[in-house]
Amino acid sequence: MTSIILLSFFGVLNLFIGFANSRKILLPLALLFLAVVFGANLFSWNDTQSYFNNMLTIDNYAVAFTGIMVLTTILLIPFSQRYVDEGDENLAEFYSLLLFSLVGAVMMVSYENMLMLFVGIEILSIAMYVLAGSDKKSLRSNEAALKYFLMGAFFTGILLFGIVLIYGATGTFNITEIGAASAATDGVMSAMFLLGLLMVIIGISFKISAAPFHFWTPDVYEGSPTFFTSFMSTVVKTAGVAAFYKLMAAAFAAAYPTWFPTLIAITTLTLVVGNIGAVVQTSVKRMLAYSSISHAGYLLMALVAFNENSDSSILFYSLAYSTATVAAFGVLNMVKTQRGGEVYESFNGLGKTNPLLAFAMTVSMCSLAGIPLTAGFFAKFFVFAAVLQDANMVWLVVVAVVLAAVGIYYYFRVVIAMYMHPAENLERIEVGGFASFMLIFITVLTILLGIAPALVSDII
Amino acid sequence: MITALLLFWPALAALLVLLLKGQTARTVALVAALIEFAISLVAYTGFNTDSGMIQAGLSFPWVASAGISFTIGMDGISLLMVLLTTFLVPLIVLSSFKHEYKNANVFYALILFMQTGLIGVFVALDAFLFYFFWEMALIPVYFIAAIWGGARRIPVTFKFFVYTIFGSLFMLAAFVYLYLQTPGSHSSELTAFYNLDLSSESQSWIFWFLFIAFAIKMPVFPFHTWQPDTYTESPAQATMLLSGIMLKMGIYGVLRWLLPVVPLGVSQWTELVLVLSIIGIVYASIIAIRQRDLKRLIAYSSIAHVGLIAAGIFTLNEQGLQGGVIQMLSHGINVVGLFFIIDIIYSRTNTREITSLGGITQTTPALSIFFMILLLGSVALPLTNGFVGEFLLLSGVFQYNAWFGAAAGLTIILGAVYMLRMFQGVMFGPKSPETEVFADLTMSEKAVLIPLVIMVFWIGLFPNTFLSISEPAVGQLLNIINR
Repeated sequence: MTSIILLSFFGVLNLFIGFANSRKILLPLALLFLAVVFGANLFSWNDTQSYFNNMLTIDNYAVAFTGIMVLTTILLIPFSQRYVDEGDENLAEFYSLLLFSLVGAVMMVSYENMLMLFVGIEILSIAMYVLAGSDKKSLRSNEAALKYFLMGAFFTGILLFGIVLIYGATGTFNITEIGAASAATDGVMSAMFLLGLLMVIIGISFKISAAPFHFWTPDVYEGSPTFFTSFMSTVVKTAGVAAFYKLMAAAFAAAYPTWFPTLIAITTLTLVVGNIGAVVQTSVKRMLAYSSISHAGYLLMALVAFNENSDSSILFYSLAYSTATVAAFGVLNMVKTQRGGEVYESFNGLGKTNPLLAFAMTVSMCSLAGIPLTAGFFAKFFVFAAVLQDANMVWLVVVAVVLAAVGIYYYFRVVIAMYMHPAENLERIEVGGFASFMLIFITVLTILLGIAPALVSDII
Repeated sequence: MITALLLFWPALAALLVLLLKGQTARTVALVAALIEFAISLVAYTGFNTDSGMIQAGLSFPWVASAGISFTIGMDGISLLMVLLTTFLVPLIVLSSFKHEYKNANVFYALILFMQTGLIGVFVALDAFLFYFFWEMALIPVYFIAAIWGGARRIPVTFKFFVYTIFGSLFMLAAFVYLYLQTPGSHSSELTAFYNLDLSSESQSWIFWFLFIAFAIKMPVFPFHTWQPDTYTESPAQATMLLSGIMLKMGIYGVLRWLLPVVPLGVSQWTELVLVLSIIGIVYASIIAIRQRDLKRLIAYSSIAHVGLIAAGIFTLNEQGLQGGVIQMLSHGINVVGLFFIIDIIYSRTNTREITSLGGITQTTPALSIFFMILLLGSVALPLTNGFVGEFLLLSGVFQYNAWFGAAAGLTIILGAVYMLRMFQGVMFGPKSPETEVFADLTMSEKAVLIPLVIMVFWIGLFPNTFLSISEPAVGQLLNIINR
């Protein structure tokens, strides 16, 4: 609860500080705010409390995911250096919107009531609609914002409809009570309930860009300013999957046989679409967009496994994926701003001009590809292990393994460009102090989690 | 403790080398590799060769939640593989002294990192630890090949990289499955896998998950397509590492993680694997006869030799397994030597085409002798190392099925054809413009070749030195397979 209050408060405070003329302090200040939230959040550990007549429950699950999302935001804030350098007049608003968006994200991992889920998703999304279009003079950015908004509003409508139908069938919005009500039906559920369930699944699948509800993802990710794309593909996805699992585990565990086929179809399709789609891209940004779809697939694998290891697998995977993605988008952002392109060739010779950027990018590509000694390896490992507990799902792991090998292909194209192709213009890319520090930090964190995953994997 | 030292010393040395520059870096790398060899000799002296059990072991939990432990140790087979690695790496480092590589510190650091991966594969006794080192050995050599390789290096090495990772991911999935089958709070240790009681059906598919990974690494026909291109495009040192040591990872993987873990699965597919291996032997030999590029020729000959090793170990009799182990050593020594000689020829003439070479013997008595000895070892002439291994392997295959044995025996005839044809074309005949001026071996080149030639004769004349190390371990392996 403290994290929600603090985030809202800091968000407003940040807006007022924006009126002051000293833009330089905004970035460090945002980091400070988030660090305070991160610390305050930890105090709720092992102290489960529910608030507002069971609207929200802050349990360890919520604390862990809040921690990851706040940490991810801390990691990505330094990559907004460009806005600071260019003296962007909206910088304070950007940071405030990110903080507000985080409020929604925190609600999505701590809701006890379906309405709070809805409100959380809306708070998160509205800020993102604005940020997607924040590059006002760019046509692509405007297109992205409009597309995101229209599609988002449409699918939120479906989600809300689903929630209402479930309310109609069970008479409650509380997820634990819904779980009890559906368990009491002994597997025979009303059509209204099932339709509601399907609509909720579709609504959330859109948010985490699972196929076949992913069509907006490449365009929106590509059009949005890279800095906000990195937030979208990490925090929004983490919040979405965490909310999804919480919902399924609390409210629809009894309906598992009903939704399992639907979700496994979505999972498989997401894995295929994400990985195959990424192969044919020429733009690294679009490749990362498709890669984020494929990672939604791996996260959903942990969800469909639906056993006692699912939550910790999702947690670890989210963390590994978020850290690596933040670094990848961060480097991409700098390459784009200073070399002008975001295709694979723009990375040529980076290993020579900017060894730090190239190394950080290599480690994050390895992590996304799931190479050992990086966090991504254990992330995939835990997911596969969770799925393989059910021997009937070996085929899903086979599909995922083949597609993971495909993934290595497109991730390593970046590495090849950086180290093996000579650069045409050997100009060093200027990297800000905060950004360098964060890249080193992310690299160390990725390798550390690749050697000692137990630091995170055991906490919930 | 000595095993841990063996494992981590190269990685530590690699970090040191990374901080140095050019000449100093390679000298330090050589010294580090020699120290590693000395450590392995110390490990050998402390090793009880009468026992087939794991020795010099070390175990502590690593990722407790996932049941992963850091368990290492050696039996006779591991020890021989470790000795092969520590013996060859200094020679490979020394063999690079005539090249001036750019960013030499990174080059040598990668070689040493790879050595840690290789040693790790041979001493790991936990499935996930094994997988870790398996990938850790791959990544450095990929970068060596892709950065310092020939003109077509980028697509070729990329294919190699994606292909092998594709295979290893199946191995990982199989390990996860096996791990989940272990009773109680799961364990991924080798011994836990040996004690599994799996149904014949599940063993059948697990066999393929594991076999694909190992078969790609070796490579066995029809998983070999990455190999000739990769060997050709890689710099000489990477080719030596790949063919001399890394290939053995695949065979070692079969011995340690496939045969004893899923014996029922193996027995269902033995025949098919033997047929594939024998097709590989004949097919690769015939292609080798037609090759004009020296490196490609040796690459194909390597597929043929590995095919015979694979056929031998899958017969699951003592001759086959012992032959496989000793032939791993012999093949490693011969193929590294041959690739080094090709590198010597290439660096003096700038060509590897057999037709553009000739008459080299006229000015190079020393090179000719070394080349001949390694070549005869490779075609399995009696008294050389190749003979011992191929004899045991073929007798193993004959015991399994005489027809298979006869087909596999073609390797000796065809091997002699392509090897001698190559020697004739390169060394004899009239001089060509490229070979007009051809200096004999330098001191550092001799320093690489003399140890290799000594080993050719040592294994050829006194094979028992090595066979006796692996014999108890092979017996133990057979006990587990036939339990």
